[in-house]
Amino acid sequence: MATPTRVKQQALQAKHDALDARLAAMTMPAGGGWIASARNAALTRLRETGLPHKRDEYWKYTDPATLVQPEPVPAALLDDGGEAPVFGEIDRIKLVFVDGVFDSDKSDDPSLAGVEIERLEEASTRDIHWARDLYGTLEAQGQSPVRRPLATLNTAFATDGVLIRVTGKAEKPVSLIYLHKSDTSDAILHHCIKVESGAELTVLENGPAAARFNKVMEVDVAEGGTFHHVRAQGRDHERRAATHIFAQVAREATFKSFTLTANGVLTRNEVIVEFTGDDAVAHVAGACLGDGDFHHDDTVFVTHDAERCESRQVFKKVLRNGAIGVFQGKILVQPGAQKTDGYQISQSLLLDEDSQFLAKPELEIYADDVACSHGSTSGAIDEEGLFYLRSRGIPEGPATDLMTLAFLAEAIEEIDDAEIAADITARLEAWLARRRR
Amino acid sequence: MLDIKNLHVKLEEEDKEILKGVDLSVEAGKVHAIMGPNGSGKSTLSYVLSGRDGYVVTDGSATLEGADILSMDPEERAAAGLFLAFQYPVEIPGVGNMTFLRTAVNAQRKARGEDEISAADFLKLVREKAKELRMDQDMLKRPVNVGFSGGEKKRNEILQMAILQPRMCILDETDSGLDVDAMKLVADGVNALRDAGRGFLVITHYQRLLDHIVPDVVHIMSGGRIVQTGGPELARQVEEEGYGHLNEETA
Repeated sequence: MATPTRVKQQALQAKHDALDARLAAMTMPAGGGWIASARNAALTRLRETGLPHKRDEYWKYTDPATLVQPEPVPAALLDDGGEAPVFGEIDRIKLVFVDGVFDSDKSDDPSLAGVEIERLEEASTRDIHWARDLYGTLEAQGQSPVRRPLATLNTAFATDGVLIRVTGKAEKPVSLIYLHKSDTSDAILHHCIKVESGAELTVLENGPAAARFNKVMEVDVAEGGTFHHVRAQGRDHERRAATHIFAQVAREATFKSFTLTANGVLTRNEVIVEFTGDDAVAHVAGACLGDGDFHHDDTVFVTHDAERCESRQVFKKVLRNGAIGVFQGKILVQPGAQKTDGYQISQSLLLDEDSQFLAKPELEIYADDVACSHGSTSGAIDEEGLFYLRSRGIPEGPATDLMTLAFLAEAIEEIDDAEIAADITARLEAWLARRRR
Repeated sequence: MLDIKNLHVKLEEEDKEILKGVDLSVEAGKVHAIMGPNGSGKSTLSYVLSGRDGYVVTDGSATLEGADILSMDPEERAAAGLFLAFQYPVEIPGVGNMTFLRTAVNAQRKARGEDEISAADFLKLVREKAKELRMDQDMLKRPVNVGFSGGEKKRNEILQMAILQPRMCILDETDSGLDVDAMKLVADGVNALRDAGRGFLVITHYQRLLDHIVPDVVHIMSGGRIVQTGGPELARQVEEEGYGHLNEETA
C-alpha cells in the first residue's frame, strides 16, 4: 500500500527522472569565466529541485509536462495573412531572434544614447562584466519561497540573450522580436537589464519565438529608475512558452510590465517582483484572449520589503470554446513594510460555459499599517450592455467585441505610453474582428 | 409609419400576458403619447418594439413603414430607423462615448449600404449636437453613461437620437429622474428633431413632460390595452383626475 511518504518519494523521483531525461538531451553552452560559474551554480540548484511536475502545488492548474519533456512538441507556423507586425509604427531599436538565435542581419544597429546593448555570448567571454552580479542572481533569489526550476534550467542552459545597461533616459524603446521559423525549435533565452539610478528604458517584446520557448528576464531597477515592459506574445497557435521576469525595484524606482496574449496552446508567464527600497512602484498587467485549445497561466509574486511601496496586479482574460485561464497572484507584505499599497484584480469574461478560469489570489501580510485589496471575478458578457449597443444598430459580433475591449480596458490602461497602448488596442480590435469570421 | 395591430405579448419565463391586444398607429410627423399607470404595459411595449429578449409575441403585428420589425434583430430595427430612448440607459465601462457613437453611426450606414462617415464630419456633427444639449467634451470622452447623472444619461440618449436621425423615436419614461431644467433641455432636444418625416411615441407616467413636448395624440394604456385616445387635453385630464377612474371603466 502506498503510504504518504512513499507517494512523496515517488513524486520526487519523477521530478528527478524528468530532469535526467531533459539534461541528457542538452549541452551547456560554451563560455568561460563568470558565466560558466553562474551556469554551473544553476545546474547544481537544479539537481536539488528536479523539474516541475503537475503534482507540485505550484503547478496545480497547469500541467508542465510539455514544458519539461526532453523534446518540444512540434508547433506549426502561423500564416498570419501578412498582417501588420505588432509595434510596426513605433520608432524603436529592433533586435531580432530567429528560433532563439540572434540575427544581426535582421536587427538594427544597437546604438542608442545612454543604453549599452550586448549579446550574452559576447559578454560571456569577458572576465569583468556588470552582468556578472545580475545573471542568475535575481533568478536564484526568486526561488524562495517557491521553486521555479524552469527558470533555473534557463540560467544553466540559455544559449542567447541580450544584456542591456541603461545609464540615461533612452529616447526610444528597445524591441525584442522573436521569429518562429522551424516547427520543432526549442529556444532558451536569458536577458539581463540593469536600469541605473534615474535612468529610463522601455522594452518591447513580440513574436512566438519557437515551438517551445523558455525565457528569463532579470531586471534590476536602481534608485529613481524607470523600466517599462510591453509584450505581445506571438499568435502561432501551437507554440508553448514558459517565461519568467525577475525584478528588483529600488527606492523611488518604477517597474511596469504589460503582456498581451492571443493564441498559444500553452503559456505560463511568471513575474516575480521584490521591492528593495521605499516609495517604489511596480505594476504587472495582462490581457489575454483564449479560444479553444488554449491554456494561459499568469503567476505573479510581489514581495513588499520596504515602506510606502505601491504594487498593482491587473489581469483580464477573455475565454471561449473551452479555453482555460489561470491566475495565481500573491502579495507578500513583510514585517516592517508599512504603508504598503497593494492592489490585485483578476477577472475573466467567459463567453461560453465550456471555458474555465482558475484563480488563486493570495495576500500574506505581516505589517499592521497597510492598504491591500484584491478581487477576482468570472462572468458572462453583460446582456443589458449588449442589448443597448445592438439597439443602436451595432450588430451582435462587433457589439460583443466592443464589450470585450471594454472588459480588457483596465489592463490596457496600465500601458503608460499612449502610442504603444494604441498599437496594442488596434491589435486587439483586429484579432477580435478576425475571430468572428 | 409605425403600425401596431392586435399585439399580444407574454413573458418568456412565465405564462403571464402583459400586452393584451394593442392597436396603435403613429403617422410620420406626429407625436403620440402613451400614458398609463404603473404596470399597464407601457415599457413592455417599448421593449418589444426594440427587440429586447424575454418577451414572446403570441399574436398581432408591428410594422415600420410596412416592414415587419418583430422578425428583425435589434440592430436591424435600428438600421430600419427605429430608436428607443431607454428609461434606464445602460452604463458600459471601458467603451468611450465617442467610439460608441461612431461605431453605431457607421454600423447603421453599413447596414443601409452607405459609406462610413468621415472622422471630420462625425466630429463636427457630434460637437454641434452636443452643444445644443449642453454636453461638454468630457461627457463625450467618458465611457458610455459611466458616472453620468440621471439628467446626463437622458441627454446622452437624446444626443444619440440627434446623431442617428431615426425615423421613428420611442421615448420610454424619458422624464423620470429629471428636474425641471433638465427636462426642458431634453424636450428642446426632442422638439428640434420634430419634422414631417419623423414619428414619435412618448411614453410617460406624468403629464408634465407633455407640457414641453406637446403631443398630437394621447393614448391611455391600462391592463395591456389602449383604453382611451384623445388630444392633448386627455393628458391634462389625467393630471387632474389621476388614473383611478380607469379601474372602473375597464372593470
